[in-house]
Amino acid sequence: MGSLEEAIEGLKKFLSNKDDVAVAQIEKLITGLQETDPNEFDPVKRILEGFQHFKINKFDKHPELYEKLAEGQWPKFLVFACSDSRVCPSHILNFQPGEAFMVRNIANMVPAFDKLKYSGVGAAIEYAVSVLEVQNILVIGHSRCGGIKRLMTHPEDNSAPFDFIDEWVKIGLPAKVKVQAEFGDLPLEDQCKHCEKESVKLSLCHLETYPYVQMGLANKKLRLMGGYYDFVHGKFELLEFEPRFHHLFST
Amino acid sequence: MATLSPTSFTKNFNSSVDFPITSFQTFAIFGPKLKTEQTHFRLSTSFKTGSCLELKAMKEPPGLTQKLDKNRLDGLTESENGCDLFQDLKHRFLRFKKHKFEENLGHFQNLAEGQAPKFMIIACADSRVCPSVILGFQPGEAFMVRNVANLVPPFESGPSETNAALEFAVNSLKVENILVIGHSRCGGIRALMSMQDEVDSSFIRSWVIVGKNARLNTKSAASHLGFDQQCRHCEKESVDHSLLNLLTYPWIEQKVAKGELSVHGGYYDFVDCTFEKWTLDYKGSNLGKNSRLPVKNRFYWC
Repeated sequence: MGSLEEAIEGLKKFLSNKDDVAVAQIEKLITGLQETDPNEFDPVKRILEGFQHFKINKFDKHPELYEKLAEGQWPKFLVFACSDSRVCPSHILNFQPGEAFMVRNIANMVPAFDKLKYSGVGAAIEYAVSVLEVQNILVIGHSRCGGIKRLMTHPEDNSAPFDFIDEWVKIGLPAKVKVQAEFGDLPLEDQCKHCEKESVKLSLCHLETYPYVQMGLANKKLRLMGGYYDFVHGKFELLEFEPRFHHLFST
Repeated sequence: MATLSPTSFTKNFNSSVDFPITSFQTFAIFGPKLKTEQTHFRLSTSFKTGSCLELKAMKEPPGLTQKLDKNRLDGLTESENGCDLFQDLKHRFLRFKKHKFEENLGHFQNLAEGQAPKFMIIACADSRVCPSVILGFQPGEAFMVRNVANLVPPFESGPSETNAALEFAVNSLKVENILVIGHSRCGGIRALMSMQDEVDSSFIRSWVIVGKNARLNTKSAASHLGFDQQCRHCEKESVDHSLLNLLTYPWIEQKVAKGELSVHGGYYDFVDCTFEKWTLDYKGSNLGKNSRLPVKNRFYWC
């Protein structure tokens, strides 16, 4: 059953509702959806279907949870994942509302601490660690990452520059250098796969350059983990990053 | 449409093994056999010692304190030992693999070859507002950027993670729609509205200042309202300003002018569970900083 038909069937179940106003609204909704040309993509209808589905099947079914979440959030995870449409952690790791403060950017990169250049990432880390006090930071890389491929192939392929993309993926240069040194004889696809994983490790090291992360690690209140989602083979790897700095003394 | 439902999960997996802790421990969550791999990763960057690593007392950014109450403390479980956390993540992935990946194998195989999402979404990193959940975006449908307070910096601010993603989505993936989604009780917007003039060295301030025009508009239009209502006003105002900032990118404006790209704003209220959506009505007019955003097709769903 297509999503449109599913949405209509789902709505029809509510026509027995005794609330006349609700019934009228639902009938109007069904009519609107039925008039949709199935061959034409309507972004508005797509968003509406999705939201109605969420409201009926999730929000209305778990009122206590959503009432609590309305008051605040206490996620256990800060997650960094790629913006790629295929790798949302809410799907692959089934994160529910309230579980994961989630940053998504090209190639799931965490740059080293730099207040001038990377305030967006820094703000997310600061908020998640200092205010929300997440217990775990998880950086998830993935297969066939376009950002990593760009890092690995440009500028050597003499392609035209992408001003913003190239500036961003440069964060991963140390990973590229390492992969080329160790695996430079492998085909590009294999080098990219190595770099996808190496870049996750690099991001974990970069996380340690943030003072609040250092403190969390020193106090053993924070754990850093790296993940790798391979959507070609349906696999997931997880690794834990041990702290490299140990608090020795304070004056 | 498949749902993400937190069903109970009772299957036992016997594939966990304890390994000695080294710098990196790898656990294969799924595969024909378990593999272990001890990798060593040396930092190629150097770190300064001494004062840079001092653990200074943290000054909490203004307006962000969450009161710890009994309910929160009750909700916090004791910190799990390593195995429990890994097992949990493993179970989550295997459930996804069984109920979604394998049941739609053809679709996922196609996706593995390439993505062609129709949407680019810019949403807040807040744990309560993932667009995959609230709008049901399935794998392959939406290229997604999530940052604090779903802000879009203008073109002239220079390279950032958000505009790198914009460049990729618009110029490489050629998405047809950009949707910026704001939400209720946004901590980032609250920080923006709470900022004082004194120098504040926090990252949060350095980032949310991108929304300063939204704050200015809010202060002038809604100063008679209470602070919470002002924040709500700013949450929506900020979405409009992000839409305006999108048009400062020449390659975005060109596509919008040609009708190849539509730009939408959205607002998710998780208190009442409502969703508002509006579309930028681009007529080629000069959209200055102070002009109201021309919109069309405004919907309110409740």
